[in-house]
Amino acid sequence: MRQIFLSITAVFVLLAAPLRADVDIQEVTSPSGLKAWLVEDHTIPFMALRIGFKGGTSLDRADKRGAVSLMMAMLEEGTGNLDARGYAQAVDELAASFKFDASDDAISISARMLSENRDEAIELLKGAIIAPNFDQDAIDRVKGQIQSMLQSDLKDPNEIARAAFDRAAYGNHAYGSNGDGTPESIAALTQEDLFAAHQDTVARDRVFISAVGDITAEELGALMDTLLSDLPATGAKMPKRVEVGLDAGVTVVPFDTPQSVALFGHRGIGRHHPDFFAAFVASTILGGGGFESRLMEEVRDKRGLTYGVYSFLATRENSEMVFGQVASANDRVADAIDVIKAEWERLVEEGVTQEELDHSKTYLTGAYPLRFDGNGPIANILVGMQMQGLSTDYVNTRNDKVNAVTLDEINRVIKEVYLPDELHFTVVGQPEGL
Amino acid sequence: MRFGFRLAVPFLALLSAPIAAFAETVRWDDQVSTFSLDNGMDVVVIEDHRAPVVVHMMWYRAGSADEKPGVSGVAHFLEHLLFKATDNMEAGEFSRTVAANGGSDNAFTSYDYTAYFQRVASDRLELMMQMEADRMVNLRLSEADILTEREVIIEERNQRTENDPGALFNEQANAAMYMNHRYGVPIIGWRHEMETLDLQDAQDYYEQFYAPNNAILIVAGDVTPEDVKDMAERHYGPLEANLDLPERLRPQEPDHKAARRLVYEDPRVAQPYVSRAYLAPERDNGDQKTAAALMLAAELLGDGQTAFMTQRLQFEDKSAVYATAYYRGTSLDDTRFTTIVVPVPGVSLSEAEANMDRVLQEFLEEPIDTAHLDRIKRNMRAQEIFAKDNVQGLANRYGRALTTGLTIKDVLDWPDVVDSVNEDDIKTALRDVLQERTSVTGWLTSDAEAAK
Repeated sequence: MRQIFLSITAVFVLLAAPLRADVDIQEVTSPSGLKAWLVEDHTIPFMALRIGFKGGTSLDRADKRGAVSLMMAMLEEGTGNLDARGYAQAVDELAASFKFDASDDAISISARMLSENRDEAIELLKGAIIAPNFDQDAIDRVKGQIQSMLQSDLKDPNEIARAAFDRAAYGNHAYGSNGDGTPESIAALTQEDLFAAHQDTVARDRVFISAVGDITAEELGALMDTLLSDLPATGAKMPKRVEVGLDAGVTVVPFDTPQSVALFGHRGIGRHHPDFFAAFVASTILGGGGFESRLMEEVRDKRGLTYGVYSFLATRENSEMVFGQVASANDRVADAIDVIKAEWERLVEEGVTQEELDHSKTYLTGAYPLRFDGNGPIANILVGMQMQGLSTDYVNTRNDKVNAVTLDEINRVIKEVYLPDELHFTVVGQPEGL
Repeated sequence: MRFGFRLAVPFLALLSAPIAAFAETVRWDDQVSTFSLDNGMDVVVIEDHRAPVVVHMMWYRAGSADEKPGVSGVAHFLEHLLFKATDNMEAGEFSRTVAANGGSDNAFTSYDYTAYFQRVASDRLELMMQMEADRMVNLRLSEADILTEREVIIEERNQRTENDPGALFNEQANAAMYMNHRYGVPIIGWRHEMETLDLQDAQDYYEQFYAPNNAILIVAGDVTPEDVKDMAERHYGPLEANLDLPERLRPQEPDHKAARRLVYEDPRVAQPYVSRAYLAPERDNGDQKTAAALMLAAELLGDGQTAFMTQRLQFEDKSAVYATAYYRGTSLDDTRFTTIVVPVPGVSLSEAEANMDRVLQEFLEEPIDTAHLDRIKRNMRAQEIFAKDNVQGLANRYGRALTTGLTIKDVLDWPDVVDSVNEDDIKTALRDVLQERTSVTGWLTSDAEAAK
């Protein structure tokens, strides 16, 4: 009963006009001098607030690996006369949501609160950020959860691969180990260590703030002072740069599981390098952008060797890498790796075509404004931009930078950034033929 | 639906009724409108004009639980194959065109539905409709595509399931729960059946289920119902309904007479735990109160720091690293109410299970914390405000509901139904569900002997 539908003769591609993100960013300074980026939108009666502190788990003191991460997990476990349960109840009463997160280069707080009880929500959040209790009872309980997670990581091929790869790339630098710590380091952490981690990381000299939603600039200024004027002026010294120490070749970490996980990469290019945008477009053509990359085409679509393969420019505060990931059955992962190596070589030898460049530009420039959807996601992007040292104008100029990349430029940059002779693979599983 | 194993209710009504119900555009509130096309396709429009973005989704009332025996995984396999060639497009051209227009696209398969979606600038909506209409009826499968893509789904199974002992454990527990219903078969398929899926299997499923009268179009974002109707009539309107669309009657569960237990042992398990699932009724059209009570029971028991299981097992006797309860009410047929206890080191799985039983019993015997219940209800009201910030989330909510026998009205009524549930309703619903004979208890461990 299926009618053949003939009305389509050709699917045409509309050429995308240069799109701009439809966000109006205001720069707000509080009476005490705290700065924030604001996107005001009164459509829905709530606000998303994002606060980031640069530094993150890389600021763990010697022999205290995991302290910053545990400290962040403990911020919602009680403040003042509220214990963990009392605090959770109070947040629930307001229907607010506070999330605390720690990564290599930053710790961050994502809050969402209704306009009708914003002041009360800010008071509660302030307690967590400025004056957490770190009750011993709660420390023991949360440590137990982290230990459980760390034990699971030890038997998860993805986590085993990540740990081995990071160690090979960064050795004793913080990037070389898991920011959540080890079972031993977590066991040894004390209440005093958490207060020290708090002092080191939660300070005014490293804070970045954004708010999106139902709030005015004036209200935000006052709110920032209420929330953060008790912050100490300074924290610990920022971590140092580190170079990627990977050697070419394949490292196998034996683990008994049916599908091997492979991580691969070599040194990369920094966010502020003049060639960054050319490298970024190249990385999209090779391994990014959903189903459209060369790697997906060659490894998945043509050969069925994997469900997913990706590579991208991993830029961190103190190091940069070209990084990728693939997973294939133990008897096929060697083939997948061969194809990836061949694609790395083909990219450098042949470069990309004008057609690929044009296609990638329309994709990247069209996709960019679509990221700015919803108060929470916009707040996250705005803090990320501030941490990278970008100006508010970047949302309007970013697509021009993508469009400015020429074929000559991208093919020159590819030869400098993509290094087939340096590509390292860490493979976890029981791979055959490696 | 169908708690207590009543006879199956025919779903024919659901397949034909919406045509009449939605013939004219109905505006349900300031955001949601619906209408139907003459060929039976239902259309939902969710407006959000804050950004010039639109999500275009096509939901089919067909998932893995609608498969024939012997071809498990074919619904999901076909989902992959819909990105291959049609009479008008080359393999991969669909996604390539979406990307060239700055959009992203993907698809997903569940027990009760299969859905395809694109996120694009709102002025590209018509192109999405043109392509989606094309692949609804013009798919042209080739042997080569079938063979390669079958390798891809097997690698997907490797990644999601074979490499994850927790996923293997869930698969076994589900199979033990459902003696007769296809919910006992994994969505991705049993490996040995996936390995034999062929072109004909995919083609059969496609021809049976992919038709406008089995589809729901959801468009969410910077659009108006008038524009969507205009475009939808142009692109989807000419598609012919499948008049042979079967009634959606799956084999139902018999009366469960014996509790089932299983131990899954895998050396890759680092953190052992015990799970207990009970067969439970789901949300039904016009009859959602029991489901709302079970949803609240799960929240009271297991959601967050102040929940009953969390307080008793994690905070008070410190016997668990984690304890929770969950219930997914949006399902076409009987669903599950599940509790999980992850013991601290030194507490065995049999002790963890005994603790679980004790706490569930205490919850049934002690009065419900009214203040906690009120907090949950107030929070759910607030969630309705936050939900407006994410129209793709709203689109998913309507898609799941409409493919599992619910109506727009059911979705809009849900907050009021939840509000109307009291302590007695929760106790009664939970007591009815916590029947040992309908339960599956599973232990996940690296060492079955030590777990005792």
